[in-house]
Amino acid sequence: MKHFPTLLSHELRMLLVSPATYVAATLFLGFMGLVFIKIAELYGGASQETSPAVVYFQLFWLPVCVMVPLLTMKCLAEERRAGTLETLLTTPVTTTEVVLAKFGAAYALYAGLWASTLGFFLVLRRYSGDERFLDAGPLLGGFLFIAVSGLLFVALGVLASSLTRSQSVAGILSCVALATLILGGNALADSPWLDQGMLRPLRAAVDHGHVFGHRDDFARGVIDLRHLLFYASGTALALIFSILSVEAKQLHA
Amino acid sequence: MSAPPPAIEVSRLVKTYGGTTAVNDISFSVARGEIVGFLGPNGAGKSTTMRILTGYLPATSGSVHLCGLPVATRPDEVKRRIGYLPENNPLPEDMRVSEYLYFRGRLKEVSRRQLGPRIDEVLEICDLKRVRHRIIGQLSKGYRQRVGIAEAILAEPPVIIMDEPTIGLDPHQILIVRDLIAGLRGRMTVIISSHILPEIEVTCDRVLIINQGRVVAQGTPAELRREIFGQSSYVLEVAGDPAILAAALATVDPDLHAAPPGETTPAGPEEFRRLRLTTARSDELGDAIVAALAAAGCRVRAIGREHPSLEDVFLAATRRSWDAVQAAAPRPTPAR
Repeated sequence: MKHFPTLLSHELRMLLVSPATYVAATLFLGFMGLVFIKIAELYGGASQETSPAVVYFQLFWLPVCVMVPLLTMKCLAEERRAGTLETLLTTPVTTTEVVLAKFGAAYALYAGLWASTLGFFLVLRRYSGDERFLDAGPLLGGFLFIAVSGLLFVALGVLASSLTRSQSVAGILSCVALATLILGGNALADSPWLDQGMLRPLRAAVDHGHVFGHRDDFARGVIDLRHLLFYASGTALALIFSILSVEAKQLHA
Repeated sequence: MSAPPPAIEVSRLVKTYGGTTAVNDISFSVARGEIVGFLGPNGAGKSTTMRILTGYLPATSGSVHLCGLPVATRPDEVKRRIGYLPENNPLPEDMRVSEYLYFRGRLKEVSRRQLGPRIDEVLEICDLKRVRHRIIGQLSKGYRQRVGIAEAILAEPPVIIMDEPTIGLDPHQILIVRDLIAGLRGRMTVIISSHILPEIEVTCDRVLIINQGRVVAQGTPAELRREIFGQSSYVLEVAGDPAILAAALATVDPDLHAAPPGETTPAGPEEFRRLRLTTARSDELGDAIVAALAAAGCRVRAIGREHPSLEDVFLAATRRSWDAVQAAAPRPTPAR
């Protein structure tokens, strides 16, 4: 991993000069800003039982399904299409270093964008003077969920980018994979037919990968080791498959 | 003390992709400090061989050693010893020239202290100082090609592999690249593929001609001419009786065969005619021919030894390999 810092700083720089990054950042901050304004209006009209932070993170999946593909679709697909992956891999760097650097850069940007939305809460608290708007527990839990789940989401985006030479195909693949994981898992979790005898093991698996359930647990302050393991093992698997995909395509280059 | 291993040693190399054999049992070696030209028609297997040499592609079978190191099992060490300019020279469009060279230098493990002066040096060598702060995507083809060459020589590797380094360059830029490569002679081993055959002839010590995945000829351009054409030829402008002329030529070499080059009109004994003389002998016969013809009373106006160009050698070698493949192919049995 000797070349990882060099590759990571290069990838961060390349992300910062890419127009797709600014499109993703603008869409994300615009959307989350709108969500926050609606929450502020809601809480300004009548007092609510739940913390505003809990409501704020409920719609996390929508920006994730748009932002993650925009941040990751270029990373490997474009390098392979342009041929720069070939020149990169003829220097003494390994495929693992390349994939991890691309993942690290995309994740840093993803986490940075989410972290910047903490400013919404700070601004609201400053001007409203109401401590309830900065409820530390749910806010910390929500951001922790975003940080942990983001590892898997970004890794899936990198995996999608490793499978194709086309940025747009990578973006669509990534969006479909994330929607399937987040929304598909939620739809299955609500399906009563999964409770039938033979399908019980499947129900257990669906519950284990139920992202909305994880979000609610984190927001309540429940840090379950199984959830952490789910995201850690999923991230590791997606990155291993990304490395294998790059190496397999190299064999047939 | 044993002699150092050759810079590149390829033995019985085979590469197949999904049933297609791109490289078929090729073997060659390149000595340290040598500049070798790699010639072949499109699809001959040049780029595949070069990619295997760099460690980017694995071989199906056979062995490749760079500076004595096996590429298959020690690719990281091999990659520290090569500079590679791939075909079409892919470069990141959004980076500035100096930033790109700095990034590549760090990946190639050039220390920070040495990297700055070395970047200045390669920018000077490749005449890139004027564009060092320009975005690569805005550079002309010639400048982009020179950025690729600058990157290949940046870490001063012992082996440089260049796939079509002069493609798309104007004559002035080709001269710069030629001088640049010539400047590496003796210090670095260079292997270049190109379709510009006069370039290869001027720049390279030795030539490898590859066709249909096989090495069909290798040697210096002079050796290849001898091997492929197997004869020397002279073009003569002479006046004299044809019968006396033939007898005089036979005294020089009984195998010396005279024929008019192409279409010709009948000429009288006093008129000058153009003849092509061919012989299996490779030594210089020009003086002896002139002396023999003068002694026989013939008047010689001009004589010159013909040198087939590398293009002729290349065409003949590739044609010969296609003929060999066709001859070896089983004849289709007629349908009953």
